[in-house]
Amino acid sequence: MAWFKREKSSQEQRPKPKAGDRKVRTEGLWLKCEDCREIIWKKDLEANLNVCPKCGFHFRLDAVSRLKLLFDGEYEEFDRDLVSADPLEFVDSKPYKERLAKSREAARVNDAVISASGTLQGRKVNICSMAMQFIGGSMGCVVGEKITRAVERSLAAKIPLVIVSASGGARMQEGAVSLMQMAKVSAALMRLDEARIPYISVLTDPTTGGTTASFAMLGDLNIAEPNALIGFAGPRVIEQTIRQKLPEGFQRSEFLLKHGMLDAVVQRKDLKNSIAQALLFFCGPANPPA
Amino acid sequence: MANEQTPSAGGQLTPEQLAQKDPSWQRVLLARHPKRPYSLDYIERLFTDFREVHGDRSFADDPAIVCGMAFFDGQPVMVVGEQKGRDTKQRFHRNFGMPKPEGYRKAIRVMKMAAKFGRPVVTFMDTPGAYPGIDAEERGQAEAIAHNLREMARLTIPVVAVVIGEGGSGGALALGVGNHVYMMENAIYSVISPESCAAIIWRDSGKAELAAKALRITAADLHRLGLIDAIVPEPPGGAQEDWDEASRLLGETLRRALGELSRLPPGELVRQRYEKFRRMGNFFI
Repeated sequence: MAWFKREKSSQEQRPKPKAGDRKVRTEGLWLKCEDCREIIWKKDLEANLNVCPKCGFHFRLDAVSRLKLLFDGEYEEFDRDLVSADPLEFVDSKPYKERLAKSREAARVNDAVISASGTLQGRKVNICSMAMQFIGGSMGCVVGEKITRAVERSLAAKIPLVIVSASGGARMQEGAVSLMQMAKVSAALMRLDEARIPYISVLTDPTTGGTTASFAMLGDLNIAEPNALIGFAGPRVIEQTIRQKLPEGFQRSEFLLKHGMLDAVVQRKDLKNSIAQALLFFCGPANPPA
Repeated sequence: MANEQTPSAGGQLTPEQLAQKDPSWQRVLLARHPKRPYSLDYIERLFTDFREVHGDRSFADDPAIVCGMAFFDGQPVMVVGEQKGRDTKQRFHRNFGMPKPEGYRKAIRVMKMAAKFGRPVVTFMDTPGAYPGIDAEERGQAEAIAHNLREMARLTIPVVAVVIGEGGSGGALALGVGNHVYMMENAIYSVISPESCAAIIWRDSGKAELAAKALRITAADLHRLGLIDAIVPEPPGGAQEDWDEASRLLGETLRRALGELSRLPPGELVRQRYEKFRRMGNFFI
């Protein structure tokens, strides 16, 4: 007879907490750091830009918080209502249209990128901030179009562009339509390049697939947050192909920096300043709005 | 005696077996048919004096992409094609047609060289995808593809791109930013392989047949979605049945495309290519 074997019956006898009861528990107030395993008070984490106060581990940051972090204050959002028409009429475990509707509700964005304009340390910039919580931050026609329009706005107004990537890649549910967005956005960035307007790509956890293989790697500067997963193929695909375990730290920001794919790895608290410094170098002092 | 009803590896089915499959999956099997003509087979039949050029000038030469100077109807053309191997030894040599970053870098190097001397570019896409391996990641597979997408958009010469077999996602698109983009009748072009798609959706790569249908990967699908210009017909039964005829049909398309594009000035070529991709995917509610 095992001493510590829990009897099933005692578990079953314990009354299930009712939905109302759960709310009074401390659940959600604390969480464990994924890296150092320390217990962190959630408010502390949020006050610290979603970076572990103990070890500096960068938790993911949602698209809106990202914009708040980078802009000086108010910002104007563009193309908010652009919604995919489901060109493939794609159905997997559920219809893609349904998946879109559910994601819109759950993620509280209309697709996987927010396109906005505002000032960053007094300088007018366009920022596209990707929303990982919307179908894995994947790029379909809406993401492709919104980013392309942001590039065009940067071109027309001659203002720098920042794209903060957090994306699993092209959106499977839009098939080759998603694929072509890679070419569309990259071609638009060619025009920005020819016009000598700065584009800074910020790569955050995770940036993979078609997103990395298009705009995320095309910045005049490619800068990443610490320990972000960045790559073309996902780690699981590579493991399956080569049939061996991947080395520690493979496809992380520091790995890419070492292999020459990034200009810098920048802590979240320093990100805004870093971008501002780069833009100062590229464009000279910002003209404060009159 | 081998049972003729048993399909052998690599999609060699009898016509009867093939006919029973879903139409999209039929195309997948034909696009991957082991006897289908590959880039060098078309190059041999369509061009004269093909002179291969090698290397990306910074790391290596990638045998999964062949590049070379050649003449088409007597006119100089730069040819770039993804190349699969025919037998086991060749397949390993060509890495199953899966290019590494140095392959894409070689490709854009020669395309820029073509632009420098005002020569048009013809690209053939035929890959299961860009190689997903440790070395490819270390050397920036994503950067190499991204760079090609942007730089192809800048080329001041005519670019004609044809999916001749498997258009495997970004690995194919990295050669695909053309003024005119075509697909062979039995070619496929997809953002993800049907197997991987099925593995994600149903956690079962065996359901690839279903995924192939859902992903809309046939030439007709892409044409309907406005992502390619036209479909290049193949001989009855598929290109594997008659390489010469398949080449002739492809040659007709290339001739027409290069003829049309040769009349456009450099600036107009860049603009036309840009506008073409700019319009792709206008599917909004």
